[in-house]
Amino acid sequence: MKKIICIALAAVMALSLAACGGSNSLSGKVATDGSTSMEKVIGALKETFEGENTGVEVTYNPTGSSSGIKAVQEGRCDIGLSSRALKAEEKEQGLVGTVLAYDGIAVIVNPENTVEDLTVEQIASIYKGEITNWSEVGGIDAGIVLIGREAGSGTRGGFEEIVGVEDLCQYRQELTSTGDVITAVSQNPGAIGYASLASVKDTVKAIKVGGVAPSEETVKDETYAIQRPFVLVTKEGTALTETAQAFFDFITSEAAREVISAAGVVPAN
Amino acid sequence: MKKKSNLLEHIVHGIFLILGLITVGCVLVITVYLVVSGIPAIKEIGLIDFLFGEKWASTASEPAYGILPFILTSIYGTAGAIALGVPVGFLTAVYLAKAASKKVKEIVGQAVSMLAGIPSVVYGLVGMMVLVPGIRKIFNVPDGASLLASIIVLAIMILPSIIKMSVTALEAVPKEYEDASLALGATPEETWFRVSVPAAKSGIAAAVVLGVGRAIGEAMAVMMVAGNAANMPDSLFQSVRFLTTAVASEMSYSSGLQRQALFSIALVLFLFIMLINAVLNFFLKGEKK
Repeated sequence: MKKIICIALAAVMALSLAACGGSNSLSGKVATDGSTSMEKVIGALKETFEGENTGVEVTYNPTGSSSGIKAVQEGRCDIGLSSRALKAEEKEQGLVGTVLAYDGIAVIVNPENTVEDLTVEQIASIYKGEITNWSEVGGIDAGIVLIGREAGSGTRGGFEEIVGVEDLCQYRQELTSTGDVITAVSQNPGAIGYASLASVKDTVKAIKVGGVAPSEETVKDETYAIQRPFVLVTKEGTALTETAQAFFDFITSEAAREVISAAGVVPAN
Repeated sequence: MKKKSNLLEHIVHGIFLILGLITVGCVLVITVYLVVSGIPAIKEIGLIDFLFGEKWASTASEPAYGILPFILTSIYGTAGAIALGVPVGFLTAVYLAKAASKKVKEIVGQAVSMLAGIPSVVYGLVGMMVLVPGIRKIFNVPDGASLLASIIVLAIMILPSIIKMSVTALEAVPKEYEDASLALGATPEETWFRVSVPAAKSGIAAAVVLGVGRAIGEAMAVMMVAGNAANMPDSLFQSVRFLTTAVASEMSYSSGLQRQALFSIALVLFLFIMLINAVLNFFLKGEKK
């Protein structure tokens, strides 16, 4: 009996030692590939992870969601990054999506604006320049001033994609930071803009979309419409390398929450 | 003893030569870099399409890289700033150099120096918070971020260099000229504008050159008040994008041909500034003869 306990203990110790050794001396590369919108959040996670595990190199190849998913399927990278949920046929092909975070985009107006609620269709028409006066959507008689971000911005890409107005927006102002958008909207009673949920301040009013107010909760339970998931894509039945698994475990853990929030998105875990 | 001082002189001469060459080297490196990184995109897009294309949509699914709106905006914006800023600056300079009492001159001079020291982002911020809403209310337009707002900001920004250089030029006019004019019975005002100003002409023109240079090269302040949409500048209240802001606003997320095209815009801007300097220098030298 004693012997068995001894052996068991020895085995446990050996195992834990091995595990210890493994986590301390992680080395090698973790290849990620996919969504350009996830650059900021993956970049921040990569920095934190590489800081804790010297000897590990996390690579990120910004190719777009679909090519990232394809890359996983063909085994060209460890973890695929997608800023949309996996389609049914992609799941059938044995791909597994794990939601890393949600990117919620708030539609903001001046606090003086009486409009409280818009549908996604109304927002699309506004940004396409089909609705040009607030009175058409239940507000006062004033021109709508469209404020957005510069071409290439992840927030702009996300907003235009979700609302369905890619390359169609008639912007009046294209500003280079979320802060500038918020300031511009807070200065003009007729303005409408968008900003990532985390950075919205009291100087502007975030309107409801289809009756749902944007908040961390409504983004997480997917009732708020202008949001998209940031998905980590892996292949079922194919084990990740030890290093890739460690990275995967780290970014989906509680410990990474803060880093993910700091990158302006809502952590899913 | 003599040998030693000769050696010292050579060393000092060498140091100064190296210091001078650093500046020349910087200019050369920047020029070569801009040309090398700016040419590929122009080749791919086509010079005519690039310079005279009216549509800029760098990240669209069918991208368009026409920078005519930016070129025209930069020209209009600078011309507007000169039209507003030069008369104000020039007359201020005449007043400060000739008419103002010593005390007034000191106080106004200090204020002008402070104006020159304000960082451009502060001009932009004040423009965004005060000027843009102001234009919206005064002219009753939907949004105040416009060509007009940029012109006003740029005009204020170029004032200090125009005033300071013009004052220096006016003060360098020999007193005998003015005395002679006064002795002939001209009033002080006639003397200032008929004698002092023509004598200081080249200095004042140099002040204008400096102002043009600053206005066309300014990015930060105009980025915050111009609206920054790639429209043709067909109205003073249109939201516009300058050559400088076109580069600055898209650089951070750009890639591929878009990034190369931004370098090409920088090259165009660089050539513009060179051209303006060369033309104005040519006129200045011509006048001196």
